[in-house]
Amino acid sequence: MANLRINGQERAYDGDPSMPLLWYLRDDLRLTGTKFGCGAALCGACTVHIDGDAARACVTPMSSVTGKSIVTIEGLHPKGEHPLQIAWRDLGVPQCGYCQTGQIMQAASLLSKKPAPTDAEITEAMTGNLCRCGCYQRIHAAVRAAAKGV
Amino acid sequence: MTELNTHSKLVLTNVSRRGLLKGVAATGGLILAAQLPAIRGALASYPTGAESMPNGVVNNPKVFISIGGDGTVSIIAARAEMGNGAARTALPMIVADELEADWARVRVVQSPGDEKTYGNQDTDGSRSVRHWIQPMRQCGAAARQMLETAAAKKWGVDVSEVQAELHEVVHKPSGRKLGYGELAGDAAGLPVPAADKVKLKDASAFRYIGKGTVRIADINDITSGKALYGQDVVLPGMKFAVIARPPVLGGKVATLDASAALKVAGVEKVVTLPPTPAPYKFGPLGGVAVIAQNTWAALQGRDALKITWDDGPNKSHDSKTYRAELEAAVKKPGKVERNEGDADKALASAARVITAEYYAPHLAHATMEPPAAAARMNYGKWELWAPVQSPGQARDDVAAALGVAPAEVVMHTTLLGGGFGRKSKCDFAIEAALLSRELGGAPVKVVWTREDDLRHGFYHTVTAERFEAGLDASNKVVAWRHRSASPTFLSTFIPDPKHPSGIELGMGWVDTPFNVPNMRMESGAAQSHVRIGWFRSVNNVVHAWSIQSFIAELAHQLGKDPKDYLLEMIGPARIVDPSKQVTTPWWNYGEPSETFPVDTGRLRRVVELAAEKGEWGKKLPKGQGLGIAAHRSFVSFIATVVHVVVGEKGQITIPRVDTAIDCGYCVHPERVASQVEGAAVMGLTLAKHGAITLKDGAVEQSNFHDFPLVRINESPLDTRVYIVPHGIDVPPSGVGEPGVPPFAPALCNAIFAATGKRIRELPIGNQLA
Repeated sequence: MANLRINGQERAYDGDPSMPLLWYLRDDLRLTGTKFGCGAALCGACTVHIDGDAARACVTPMSSVTGKSIVTIEGLHPKGEHPLQIAWRDLGVPQCGYCQTGQIMQAASLLSKKPAPTDAEITEAMTGNLCRCGCYQRIHAAVRAAAKGV
Repeated sequence: MTELNTHSKLVLTNVSRRGLLKGVAATGGLILAAQLPAIRGALASYPTGAESMPNGVVNNPKVFISIGGDGTVSIIAARAEMGNGAARTALPMIVADELEADWARVRVVQSPGDEKTYGNQDTDGSRSVRHWIQPMRQCGAAARQMLETAAAKKWGVDVSEVQAELHEVVHKPSGRKLGYGELAGDAAGLPVPAADKVKLKDASAFRYIGKGTVRIADINDITSGKALYGQDVVLPGMKFAVIARPPVLGGKVATLDASAALKVAGVEKVVTLPPTPAPYKFGPLGGVAVIAQNTWAALQGRDALKITWDDGPNKSHDSKTYRAELEAAVKKPGKVERNEGDADKALASAARVITAEYYAPHLAHATMEPPAAAARMNYGKWELWAPVQSPGQARDDVAAALGVAPAEVVMHTTLLGGGFGRKSKCDFAIEAALLSRELGGAPVKVVWTREDDLRHGFYHTVTAERFEAGLDASNKVVAWRHRSASPTFLSTFIPDPKHPSGIELGMGWVDTPFNVPNMRMESGAAQSHVRIGWFRSVNNVVHAWSIQSFIAELAHQLGKDPKDYLLEMIGPARIVDPSKQVTTPWWNYGEPSETFPVDTGRLRRVVELAAEKGEWGKKLPKGQGLGIAAHRSFVSFIATVVHVVVGEKGQITIPRVDTAIDCGYCVHPERVASQVEGAAVMGLTLAKHGAITLKDGAVEQSNFHDFPLVRINESPLDTRVYIVPHGIDVPPSGVGEPGVPPFAPALCNAIFAATGKRIRELPIGNQLA
């Protein structure tokens, strides 16, 4: 039995220790805001925070998160009003929206460490997150806007 | 009916007709309900292709609008939302505007797949707004008049004294007001006004249409993780399935040893699915399904399967040798698709002939959400949740696969995590239905992985293009011969068609609007060895890329400015009608050409606008360049100027993109801009990286490491969009797709300007290194 904390709630897990955190979140807990895009840490759609750091849930085995504190998009802000979420809405970032929770979680990790990133730092931090609709221009602008508001 | 956009409200109730209606009216008494048969017919004030689509359009407010006792207005979204904002934002917004509803009190409710009730639901071809603005306006306006009539009756006054204003009806002489919630019950009892009695708003009175201020309907859910896509469906007691599909199209299982798979903890069942025989249509590929307690167990089980495959007739297909076949096909005469004058003779007597060939490979859609679908039997009906672009068609196809009537299938459309044409094909939904049947109707979700998606798609065609331009002694182009060889998507539907359909021909090829007296287009024969599908913008992608590249090549050969030369080739403002010169009836995106003509004046205008805004002609440092391209597709006109910087090692950066679009009257300028911005990124991906290749009949790529998409560090971050202003008298035209085609040629033309290197093969890859 492994214990971990997800969005502030204590959880006990006794399944396959090699199962990626992604499937525990999505299939068991129904926290489907964390998306499945590639299964290989290539797209960032599954980005969550593990002890405050952005991580790809699709390649994070459950055995590695024992005792860790995990935050998903559902737990990023109690009212869904993190400055990034507000900026995403104000700038109309999403098209299909599928990758956007991963994008927001990645950006939130950046801003928690660097409240005022440069444009280049934003680009660098967001380069692991793919968007097939091509919303990068607005993603970049929204991170910058939220940073100013932090 | 499920509440689509709020996961916590995924309440599954009786799926009978009554149950569906209850869902729609969840905010209070069902007021304007879908109890009456739909009113159909030609109510449009201008003709479009909408009426000739299967099941046409419906403009009955009792189908699309319900108003709860609390005043909440529910508007049905019957088409699929894949990210362009048409289905769940623009169309309901149009209804709300005519209804004088307060958008803040509007709820968008997704309909199930049911074209008999809702009209055509095939969300494809950049058609949603162009086909549905008129019926949606009529729908909202009719409901507004019903509310006004109800209020007038209540007050005992003449209806001319009352007016609907932002969610209430006002009696102007007395200042009395009644909210929509208070009037809805009475309004529901009134007949829907006859079409000729429906008074549409004057465009100057629009609150939302044309403003671009309404946010997408799902913005809060998307940004907080509550939005529900097909991959996200979790039903009570649901099993999870993945399928090992034949690596080669047409293959089937030869031997199977599932013993190790069945020992994987959590794996419950292994099922062999038969392949669909050719032509494959949207049928599933068959294979071996592993059904488990969670996705991970299913994946582990699939890895443990021991399968040998009988690869079938496509096992020797190889992209390299196939390319040589296509390139050979365009070097000889092909099937004449358009002929004007005598291009052969004019070429033979030309003072000079300039020739170029281009090649572009297959592409995969690679939607960020890989396909997925859930199915179960519930209350005696088959119930599915799937991210399908054509929910009505998907319902019919699932019913046919199950051998039941469509009425026995309820198809819930989830949000689509990208569509781009892939999710027009409902093979994944059929898989889910077949597996649920294997489980006696128990709920099961089929999950496609990225590997499944890239290896078992419906690919964008591969193509070779050859151009010959004959010049007279004064360097004027007097002959134009363009040959193309590419497998047609018809091959997915009929046996061995060899030559393109009218649809593919009409996509920026036989409608080439150049001012040349002798023009001839010929298609080479091409067999298909993969499932060919339509990919955003379809054949326009390669037609625009090759034609617009060749124009720039001619300009260079003749020492002319590429923008000026493009305008010269387009010629004076006129209406081009290729219908008398084609051998297959000209397909104008299914539209009457009187409403949506090939108007070279409008094409010229976007060229001039993009050039002006993109500062065409400005001096740039060495290694930098501007390129321009223009194209008409989906009855819209668009031109793009790309500014490229090519580094010493050939690395491409794009500081700026300027795009001018003429999409007729613009219903939601902000969403149009977002589509064009995104199209630049998709255009860059296909130009720079995109290639699906096959060896021994199987796709070689598997995930984003070998099918890369443009990332933010490669992306243009300064795409500027200029929308040609029009009044509502100019019908709205396509938006979702037209942005893609001009990007690759504008980029390649910019690269030429920067480096002198002409790109004749996509992707660019390391050609600049």
